[in-house]
Amino acid sequence: MTIAFGNPDRPNSYIGKTVPRPNAPKLVQGRGRYVDDITLPRMVHVAFVRSPFAHARIKEIDSGEAQAVKGVLRIFTGADIAKVCTPWVGVLAHLKGLKSPPQHALAVDRATWVGEPVVAVVASTRAAAENAVALIDVDYEPLPAVTDTMTALDADTPLIHPDLGDNLAFQRLHEEGDVEAAMASAHKVVSAQFRTARHTGVTLEPRSILVDWNPAEGQMTAYHATQAPHMIQTVLATHLDLPESRVRVICGDVGGSYGIKVHVYPDEVATAAIARIMGRPVKFIADRLESFSTDIHARDHEIEAKIALDAEGKILAIDVDDWTGIGPYSVYPRTSAIEGNQVVNLCGGPYEFANYRAKTTVVFQNKAPTCQYRAVGHPIAVAITEGLVDMAAAAIGMDPVEIRRRNMYADDCYPVTSPAKMRFEGLSHHASMTKLMEMMDYDALRADQAEARKQGKSRGIGIASFIELTNPSPFMYGIGGARISAQDGCTVRMDPDGSIVALSGVTEQGQGTEAMLSQVVAEGVGVSPSTVRVITGDTQVTPYGGGTWASRGAGIGGEAALQAARALRQSILEVAASMLQADPGALDIRDGQVVDSDSGAPRLPLEELGRIVYFRGDTLPKDLPRELVQTRHFITMDYPFAFTNGVQASYLEVDTETGVVTLLKHWCVEDCGRVINPQLVDEQIRGGIVQGLGGALYEEIHYDSDGQLLNGSMADYLVPMAAEMPDMIIGHVETPTAESELGAKGAGEAGTAGAPAAVMNAINDALRPLGGQITEMPFTPERILRALGTIED
Amino acid sequence: MKASAGGYARAVDVPHALELMAGSEGAGRFLAGGQSLIAAMNMRLSEGDMLIDISKIPGLSGVAEDGERLRIGALTRHAEIGRDPLLRQHAPLLSDAVRFIAHAAIRNRGTIGGALAHADPAAEFPACILALGATLHAHGPDGDRDIPAEAFFEDVFTTALAEDEILTAISVPKAEPGERHVIEEMARRSGDYALTGLCLVRRSAGHRLSVFSAGPVPILAKGAMTALDAGDADAAVEALRAEIEPSSDTQATASYRRHLAGVLLRRAIARIEGETA
Repeated sequence: MTIAFGNPDRPNSYIGKTVPRPNAPKLVQGRGRYVDDITLPRMVHVAFVRSPFAHARIKEIDSGEAQAVKGVLRIFTGADIAKVCTPWVGVLAHLKGLKSPPQHALAVDRATWVGEPVVAVVASTRAAAENAVALIDVDYEPLPAVTDTMTALDADTPLIHPDLGDNLAFQRLHEEGDVEAAMASAHKVVSAQFRTARHTGVTLEPRSILVDWNPAEGQMTAYHATQAPHMIQTVLATHLDLPESRVRVICGDVGGSYGIKVHVYPDEVATAAIARIMGRPVKFIADRLESFSTDIHARDHEIEAKIALDAEGKILAIDVDDWTGIGPYSVYPRTSAIEGNQVVNLCGGPYEFANYRAKTTVVFQNKAPTCQYRAVGHPIAVAITEGLVDMAAAAIGMDPVEIRRRNMYADDCYPVTSPAKMRFEGLSHHASMTKLMEMMDYDALRADQAEARKQGKSRGIGIASFIELTNPSPFMYGIGGARISAQDGCTVRMDPDGSIVALSGVTEQGQGTEAMLSQVVAEGVGVSPSTVRVITGDTQVTPYGGGTWASRGAGIGGEAALQAARALRQSILEVAASMLQADPGALDIRDGQVVDSDSGAPRLPLEELGRIVYFRGDTLPKDLPRELVQTRHFITMDYPFAFTNGVQASYLEVDTETGVVTLLKHWCVEDCGRVINPQLVDEQIRGGIVQGLGGALYEEIHYDSDGQLLNGSMADYLVPMAAEMPDMIIGHVETPTAESELGAKGAGEAGTAGAPAAVMNAINDALRPLGGQITEMPFTPERILRALGTIED
Repeated sequence: MKASAGGYARAVDVPHALELMAGSEGAGRFLAGGQSLIAAMNMRLSEGDMLIDISKIPGLSGVAEDGERLRIGALTRHAEIGRDPLLRQHAPLLSDAVRFIAHAAIRNRGTIGGALAHADPAAEFPACILALGATLHAHGPDGDRDIPAEAFFEDVFTTALAEDEILTAISVPKAEPGERHVIEEMARRSGDYALTGLCLVRRSAGHRLSVFSAGPVPILAKGAMTALDAGDADAAVEALRAEIEPSSDTQATASYRRHLAGVLLRRAIARIEGETA
C-alpha cells in the first residue's frame, strides 16, 4: 500500500504537516543534556597547550612548574599519546592523487598551525588545567610558514611536509567538450575572478567530548557532540587499538553542528587516549578561542572563471580554475579535497551546455585545517556560476531572469547528465523560477528599483539558481575506503501500552531530526506523533547508520523509519486480525486504534493489543507471529546523489557613501522533493540563508602572513545577527525522488548554497550603473567603496 | 577559558573601596557593571585580579540636577541613561548614544563610569562627554578631584585617574536653548563597536566635534570645529580627515575610516540643519 501523500484528509496524515518538535520543550526549558552537562564519578578535565606559531619545530617541553600546580594530575606530550594512539591519514582512494601526511593527536616534533595541540594537561578542574598550561615552557624553533594559496606551489615556497615532495594535496581537472573552441567562436566571453573567505561554523555549543574507559569491562564510552556516532566509534577503535564493539559513542543533545562536528579532531582523540591511559573519565570542552583556531575552517577559495555565450544568450562553455588552501593536513576521514571536488562537480549545475572545464588545486598551508562545512562547495560553485551568468546577461543586455530561462534544463528533460557528469533524476528549475517570480513580483520590484534610483538610492535585485547534492550513496565516501555508512536504519517497536519507540541511526543536532522521525513513524504505524518516542545517537542501541551530513537525515533516515514503521503496522495488524477473527486487509490502524478500514469503526485499541501480546500471549494461536519490533534499512541505489534545486533572490540597498549593504528582502523557492514538515523545512532554509548571508556580508577568518590568527572571538569574527537579517519568504516545488516511497530529498543546505550568490548579484545590480563590481566575499563596506573607486589608497 | 580571579570583596562605600584598593598590592580592580572586565578575565587577558565590587555602593547611581549642570552617578547603567528624562531634555547626546552601545543585556549591566574609566577608544560615552565638555569627579586619598573631559583620556584604556582614585560622577552642562546634539556612527552590525563615529554639539559659543574609533583616544576635532564655526562644511570634512589617526584592522583600513568620518560629519551637519530648518 502506498501512502496517498496528495490527500490531506487521509488517516494519520502527519507526513507533510507541521507537527510540534518532541524535543523543543526540553531544550526551551533548559532540560537538554549536552556533553558538558554530564558529570561522571572521578571525572577529570583536560586543557591543551597549543602552538603559538604557524610552523615550528618542537624542541624541549619543560612542564616541571606546571606539574606542581594544585589540582594537576598528569601532563602528556605528543610522544606520550603516540604510545597508545596511532596517527591517521586523511585520504580516500577515489580522490586520485590526494595526499596527506600522518597526523598525530598531539603534535610530536613539529607544530603546523596556530592552535595545534602540543601538550595536554589533566587536572581536577578545567581552571587548574589552564593554570598549568600557562606554566608549560615549550621551546619552539620557528620555521617558515606557508600562508598564501596562490604561491603555495611556487618553487621558492618552503615545503610544509618535505616528505610529500610539494605543497600540493590534490588536483582534479574535468573536461567535457571543447572549451577552447567554444570560447574562440563565442559571441561573447565574460571572465571574472572570485574569492570566498575562510569561514568556520560557529556552533552555539562548542566541540565537546567526555570519554570514559572502563578497564573492568574493556569498554570505552564516549559522550560526544557529533554528527556521526558510528564513524567516531570506528575511528576511536582503530586508533586506540580497541575492538569496534568495545567502543560506545553516545550523542545526546547537540547545540548545532553545520558540518563542524563530523570530523576527527586531534584534541578529541587525545582526550580518548588519555581516558584509556588514566582509566577514568576525561572531559574536553573547547572554548571559543579554541573553536576559532581549531574547529575546521572552510571556503577559502580563489577562482578565475569564464563563460562563453552565443548571440541568443545560450551558454556555450564554462571554464573554472579553482584554488583552495586547506591547512597542513587533509582532515580525517572525510578529507579536505571534497570541497574543491564539489566546486568541479557543481559549477554550471542548473544549465544545459556542452563545453565544460573545471580544475581544482588544493594546497597545504600553515593555517587551521579546512573541511566540510554546511553546503560544502555549493556557495562557491553557485557564486561562480551565477556571478558569471549575471555578468554575461549584463554584457549582452539581457534580463538576468531571461538568460536563466534560456539555459536552465527543461523541467521535462529528466533524467539527464550534466557536463560535470552529475546525474539528475528530476529537477524543477523553470517551475521554481516561475514560483519565485510570482512570490517576489519581479516586475513590480524592478519598478521600485527604478523609482528608488531616481531618488538617488542604489538598490539591486540578485537571482541565484542552484542545485544541491543530498541523500549521498556510498559514492561520496564509502567507495574511497572510508567506514562511513551511506545506509541508515531504524527500529520501530510497540510497547505494551501501545506507545511506539523509534531508534534511528540518524542524529539530532538541534535541526529537528527527531520531529521528522516522529511524524514519519506516526503515519507509518498509524498513531499520534505524541505517542512516538525517538532515540538517536547511541552506537550500542540504534541501528548502524551514517548520522547527519550531506542533507541525508530525512531522505535516508526518514525512509528507513517509514519502512520500519509500516512493517510494524503489518505485524500489529496480523495480531489484530487473529484477535478479531478478521482479514488483516480489512483492518487499519488510525490514531492508535485498530479500525475497520472501510468504515473507520474502532475495533481494538493498541494498548489492548499490547496487553494481550505481552502478558496474555497464551491466548493467541501458537504459530501466530507477534513481532512488535521491526527494523528496516535504506540505501540509495539508482543515483549516486539525489540532487535538489532551487532559486533564491535578494533585494537590497547599497549606501554608496559608506558601502553599507542593507538587506531588504530575501526569497527562496526550493525543491527538496517530499516536504515532511513544512515548518522545519522552512526554518532549515531560513537558517541556511542566514548562514549564507553571513558568508556574503560578514564572516572572514583573517590570518597574517606569518599565519597568526587575527580574529579569534565573536567580537571580530562577525556572524550574522537578527537585526541585519531581512524577511525571508520561502516557497516550494515538490519533485519527489522515485528512489524511496517517502520521496524526500535533503533541505538542510539549500539556503546556504544560494544566498551568497544572490546577494553578490544584487549588489552588482545596484553598483552596475555606477560602474562598480565586486566578487570578493565578504562584501564589506570597504570592499564596496573600493569597487566604486571611492577609496583608492 | 576559565577566569583566574585573585579574590573578591564588596565595598560598602567609597572610602571602603579605596581602602580595599590600597590593600590589594596593585592587583585591585574596581568591578562595576563588569561588561569589559569580566570578558577580559574570561579570556585570561587579565589574571589574578582582586575584584573590588563597587556596584552596591549607595549614592553613586542616578541623574540629578545641579544648578546649570546635570550630575550623573558613575554607577548609572547605560539603560538608565537611555531612559532618563533629565538627560533626554538637557543632554540628549547621551540619551541618543545608548542605542549604539552593544546589546540590551550589556546595556542593562554596564555603567557610564565603568565605560569612561575603561576608556575604550571605540566606545560612545567617552566621545559624548568630550563633545559635551563634561567634568569627571574622582575621589582619592586626598579627597575629591575634578578632571575636565579634555584631560581625562590619555591613551588606549588609560585615563587621568590615579591607581588610588575612583570615578564617582560625571557632570555635564545643561543644553542651552537652541543647542543641538547629534551622534553618528557606522558599525558592521548593530551593537558592534563603531568603525568610526562622531558627536557633534552646536552651541551659541561654537561647535564641538568629537570623534571615536578613529585613534588611540577619542579626540576633539578642533580644526573641523573651527571650519564648522565658519560655516564651511567642506573645509570641516577636510580638516577632520586630516586630524584623526585611525588604525587599520580586520574590519576596515585607516583610509576607509578616514573617508567614513567625513561622510558621517556631512550627515551630522545635515541632521542638525534638518532639525533647525
